[in-house]
Amino acid sequence: MIDIREITKVYRMGSTEVHALRGVDLKVTKGDFISVVGPSGSGKSTLMNIVGCLDTPSSGIYRLDGTLVSEMRDDALATIRNRKIGFVFQTFNLLPRQSALDNVCLPLLYASVGKRERRARGLEALKRVELERRAGHRPSELSGGERQRVAIARALVNRPSILLADEPTGNLDQKVGKEIISLFSRLNQEEGVTLVIVTHDHEIAAMAPRRVEIIDGSIVSDSTPGQ
Amino acid sequence: MQLTEQMRVAVDNILANKMRSLLTTLGVVIGVTSVILLVSIGEGMRSYLADIFAGMGSNLLFVFPGKSSTRGHGRTLNTVRRLTLEDARALRQRSLNIAGVTSLVVGGSTVERGSRSRDVLVMGTDDQFPPVHSHGVSTGSFFTEEDVDNKHRVAIIGRTVVEELFGEESPLGQPVKIHESRFRVVGVMAPKGQSVGFDFDDTVYIPVSCALDLFNQEGLTRLSIKAANKTNLDPAVEDIRRILTHRHNNREDFTIVSQADMLDTFNQIAETMTYVLLGIASISLLVGGIGIMNIMLVSVRERTREIGVRKALGATKRDILVQFLVESVAVSLLGGVIGLGLGALIAAGVSAAVPEIPTKITLWIILVAFGFSVAVGVFFGVAPAKKAADLDPIESLRYE
Repeated sequence: MIDIREITKVYRMGSTEVHALRGVDLKVTKGDFISVVGPSGSGKSTLMNIVGCLDTPSSGIYRLDGTLVSEMRDDALATIRNRKIGFVFQTFNLLPRQSALDNVCLPLLYASVGKRERRARGLEALKRVELERRAGHRPSELSGGERQRVAIARALVNRPSILLADEPTGNLDQKVGKEIISLFSRLNQEEGVTLVIVTHDHEIAAMAPRRVEIIDGSIVSDSTPGQ
Repeated sequence: MQLTEQMRVAVDNILANKMRSLLTTLGVVIGVTSVILLVSIGEGMRSYLADIFAGMGSNLLFVFPGKSSTRGHGRTLNTVRRLTLEDARALRQRSLNIAGVTSLVVGGSTVERGSRSRDVLVMGTDDQFPPVHSHGVSTGSFFTEEDVDNKHRVAIIGRTVVEELFGEESPLGQPVKIHESRFRVVGVMAPKGQSVGFDFDDTVYIPVSCALDLFNQEGLTRLSIKAANKTNLDPAVEDIRRILTHRHNNREDFTIVSQADMLDTFNQIAETMTYVLLGIASISLLVGGIGIMNIMLVSVRERTREIGVRKALGATKRDILVQFLVESVAVSLLGGVIGLGLGALIAAGVSAAVPEIPTKITLWIILVAFGFSVAVGVFFGVAPAKKAADLDPIESLRYE
């Protein structure tokens, strides 16, 4: 599903070049649950941005569901993000003035889905994270864990090929973090959602069947401990 | 994303910052208000003036003594030769293109009756005044040619003068003192109201021969001439010029002014006023537009993170551009609506205070107001919206 070959990313900081990624290969197949670990500055965020189509590689090839996205321009990338990728952020990034349901429906707005269908699919997504009772609440009226579940529902609502999470438990206490992890795990096992999670959290790393470690812009290990 | 959704988002954001939005619209409010006032009062003035001139009769010509080098109504004081009653008579007798000529000597004086007195406009004229000016008596009778020739001390008084000096009493046959001379009231003029700055009803009419003596004048203030042809005044103008030039030793030392000339002059003044107000309106709209641009730039900065989220979730550049453009147009349009209301209110106030100026808010004015505010919103909204659309999603998501 995701086929990344020989991807590099070079940033220019004044006169010096920073090599964030130095030739990375990564394959993700449907139903995978991958944790990406590595020290900060290792290039894992850059990799996630490229996988999430927020950024383009300096060189290399990236195919997503058979489409060559490494060559795409801004607006085509926006459409890919909308249809194929679901993002979960560390800081939730919900729009504060909108209800949970409206937040969840946001990706559908950019997919030009009709009002009635938006509502139905938004409620269904909230059901999947067990928050349909809170549909009318604003983010400020929800707890941290609930906010992150709303964000997960938003990531799922447009039925993406892959769900990318960047430190999803970083802003939550341990107990709530655990709930979020088990939600991810359930989504992966029961619904076959493909997951890639960047984390420092050992519990997630332990729960994920596959673990990718990045150091200094290169993948140093790609292991499937369970097997 | 559908436009209706974009509008919902825009309205939501405006309501989130009510005070700020309202203050932002201020420049546009002032701009649109002045546009509304400009158009509605301007139109009111124009129809008011048109009414006045229509009431005077469209085939009127005025002859003033003295020649001004510029076209119009200027008069030089060192008149070579005065206009006389003989000039009036000559015009009356020698032209087929003239339907009527009346001589006028205008002065200010005090009218007294017993202990009451009033400062009025005194018009010395002749029996031709009613047909030429289409304005006659309502009771009694106007003075005759004989009254003028024999300097009979008779007077016709206006409605205001009657009210002030006689109250409910009938003035007919009563004596009044004008400029320390005794006159007998023989008629009351039909009410005419105010026009171009003076009150026709606050006027006393006496034979022109008496007026010349009374004010110690040798010449007439002006001649009013009614052309025979209602649509083409040129033959009459030509005759006046020929006859008077001949009588004045072949010198054209008089000025002929037509009703159309006067209307032109007023229209020129109105036009100048229009440009002045238009200037004020443009400056206000410019300032208002810059205000909107400023606030929109602040808004883009404040909402950088929101923009990042929207982009991550699939918003294209165009979606973001339209979102912010719709918002700036909405703010500007809000200013337009408030300005329209305010302008209509002031225009109505003007109409109430000065009933002669009928201000009207037409559909055309409303469309102009909306057109202006949308144009301002788009013009000054493009730069901030473009800035928002071009934000890098990764940078925006990191923005604190």
